[in-house]
Amino acid sequence: MSFLWGVVWGVAAVLVVAVGAIIGVWWERKVAARIQLRLGPQQIGPAGSLQMVADVLKLLVKEDIVPDASDEPFFRYAPLAVFAPVAMSIAVIPFAAGWAPFDASVGVFFFLAVPSIGVLGILFSAWASHNTLSALGGVRAAAQMVSYEVPRSLSVLSVLVLAGTLRPVGVMDAWQWWWIPATFVGFIVYLISSIAEMNRGPFDIPEAESELVAGYFADYAGIRWAVFMMGEYGAMISASLFGAAMFLGGYHLLPGALGIVAFIAVASLLMTVIMWVKWTLPRMRQDQLMEFCWKMLTPIALVQLLVAGVIAAWL
Amino acid sequence: MSEELVVNIGPAHPSTHGVCRVIVTLDGEVVRHSEVVIGHLHRGIEKMAENRTYLQIVPLTDRLDYVGSMYANWAYCRAVERLAGIRVPERAEYIRVIVCELQRIASHMMSVGPAGADTGATSVFMYTFNQREQVVDLFEQLCGARLTYNYVRPGGVSMDTPVGWADNVRAFCRTHPAAMAEVDRLLFGNVIARQRMKGIGVLSAPDAVAWGASGPVARGSGVSWDLRRDSAYSIYPRLDFDVPVGSNGDCYDRARVRLWECIESCHIIEQALDQMEPGPVMAEAVPRLLAPPPGEAYDHIESARGSLGVYLVSDGTPRPYRMKVRSPAFCNLALLPKLAEGHTLSDLIVILGSLDPVFGEVDR
Amino acid sequence: MNINKLREHLCATYPDLCPLFSIEFGDGSLTVAPERLHSAASDMRDLGFDFLGMVTAVDRGETFELVYRIQSRKMSAGIFLKAYVSREEPYISSVYDLWPAADWQEREVYDMFGIIFEGHPDLRRILLTDDWVGYPLRKDYEDERMIRRPDYI
Repeated sequence: MSFLWGVVWGVAAVLVVAVGAIIGVWWERKVAARIQLRLGPQQIGPAGSLQMVADVLKLLVKEDIVPDASDEPFFRYAPLAVFAPVAMSIAVIPFAAGWAPFDASVGVFFFLAVPSIGVLGILFSAWASHNTLSALGGVRAAAQMVSYEVPRSLSVLSVLVLAGTLRPVGVMDAWQWWWIPATFVGFIVYLISSIAEMNRGPFDIPEAESELVAGYFADYAGIRWAVFMMGEYGAMISASLFGAAMFLGGYHLLPGALGIVAFIAVASLLMTVIMWVKWTLPRMRQDQLMEFCWKMLTPIALVQLLVAGVIAAWL
Repeated sequence: MSEELVVNIGPAHPSTHGVCRVIVTLDGEVVRHSEVVIGHLHRGIEKMAENRTYLQIVPLTDRLDYVGSMYANWAYCRAVERLAGIRVPERAEYIRVIVCELQRIASHMMSVGPAGADTGATSVFMYTFNQREQVVDLFEQLCGARLTYNYVRPGGVSMDTPVGWADNVRAFCRTHPAAMAEVDRLLFGNVIARQRMKGIGVLSAPDAVAWGASGPVARGSGVSWDLRRDSAYSIYPRLDFDVPVGSNGDCYDRARVRLWECIESCHIIEQALDQMEPGPVMAEAVPRLLAPPPGEAYDHIESARGSLGVYLVSDGTPRPYRMKVRSPAFCNLALLPKLAEGHTLSDLIVILGSLDPVFGEVDR
Repeated sequence: MNINKLREHLCATYPDLCPLFSIEFGDGSLTVAPERLHSAASDMRDLGFDFLGMVTAVDRGETFELVYRIQSRKMSAGIFLKAYVSREEPYISSVYDLWPAADWQEREVYDMFGIIFEGHPDLRRILLTDDWVGYPLRKDYEDERMIRRPDYI
């Protein structure tokens, strides 16, 4: 029985990510267009809202190209290895009072650990493509994603210290409004390192389209490429939801059933901020990125953790 | 000991600004050696010119520097006029200066914007492209073409400016500096962009001269050399303008010099419009089948990329015996392996963009 | 050094150049023997002509006319340095050691005319593919893809 529920939840998570990605792509195209003096999608549906349906249809019927020199099984299934952990991580997010799809006692740890498996998928795709640019992108991605795990986890830890539990539902139960100012610096660190974690601009050096063409997924086409994109948008969705819950109070912002609306709204706002940053800032260089991680974000996250610890001990 | 990785960039790569192949030997991310392979767009224009009459070559020169066709038109026409001893009417000279300064803006917009796009800030490109679009619209009003104008002809220009065109140009020149200030804040004011461009691909002034660099690439290195001022051709001596010069010779200075040149171009255009008087735009009695006396002529102008020269040899027939284009983009691009050495792969792309090659002109 | 001194100096060193030298666009040209070209270029550089504008060649039938345009930024002057090499033995010394700018320029001349620049570090084809046969800008170049010059113009 619990297995059946697992399947249901799994399908639901994939659907949420897929639909979220479709809406997210449309929204990103609109946001980017506004930033770039353009209008964005116009023709299909009201305000181009059905553009993504058409795009998905096109991607579905595109030829599934597997390069001759590639390592075929790895090449074929690497996109799933990127996408699956992202979809899994959504399961532990506390959507409403006392409820998360998967209420794990180590949920926060689960959320931080599982998406890191995605780096394996990226490495698989990079090496399996048998392409120097892809390989470089894969190596860059591995270095970047492993490094940015550190400030990201440390910044979330500061909330956990205040809450005294690893259970996301428990964290939300214990939530107090003054946590927002107390962990605000940690929230900024979390947001920046999440952007780096999902390889989006200004940290998109693994896929750097002006240098590595598209990095690790340069050789992908059609639906396999779409799965990579869904993975990226899924990571954006899950990181925004988790950040909105842990650092900004999630459903506590409005009372009752309106809480979940407020939660989704705040998460959407975070997504928009992530898009805004991407379309405004230039890309950093690999060495600058690493310096920024280890010399800026990590110490700041540690100081934030110290502050949170002092507060928790004092209370 | 680390192993080296050979990466092939191009010829079909989004940021080679055309069809250029760079074979890069990497040690980790650091470029140890790079080799530029050009010629993918070689059409043999110099050979084709030997087969055509002097007037038929003008459209060929459009295809040299397709981002700045007016320059190649003008440089070629100056060489022909020098060879055949044609005097150009004054109004034609003014129109030539105006269109070439507009062309400089349009051309630099295709360099400053991609300087952002090369570092990942794609939005800057749209802001600069908006400006280029306005210039191209002006050219469309002037001669009907948007890319290959075929406007400057031996003896003058092909037609006079349409009614109201001068006002449209003035309107553009009023709004352009503000748009440039916005781009300046958006790109050069950004911390990440500065980190990416400052101190990258440093070219010293003596090296710039020795390697034959000209235009913004040389001026970014502090070589204050601008043919408009120093050779004082056409009506430039009557105009008052500054020559922006960089100091560090890095990618940042090269891109910044281009941005300032656009604003200076606006000043030049406004002055030229003020001084321009009605009159003929084509020299009298320029035969359709021009057959200059035997001899040779060289003339050069300051194009958006540097000193663009055309060398013509005539044997008295209606076709040139030899035409050689001294392409500034070709000479500037030769610097890439030298500048990129020791920088990372990401920097190589930025350096390539800062040299602003246009492969129609590099490959000819 | 001002332009008049330069003119005097040039007239004393190279008498055949003297009447041709003009300061504006430097239509003046100086023809030297091929073996003297390098030293003449070196002299010019020491006189302030520090910028190698272009290197090219013209097919003159029996000989190739090599044309070096050398410019002086300070004096806003340019000059043509010329040398004739025979069609059978098109050898000349490279000026790469004086101006690194000659690197690609000389490669292009080699590519198009087959003139060998002795002392050039990396003399390969540049615009054409490595396996190209012949030198296209020579007047006697033949290629089955070439379109003949029409007679009516």
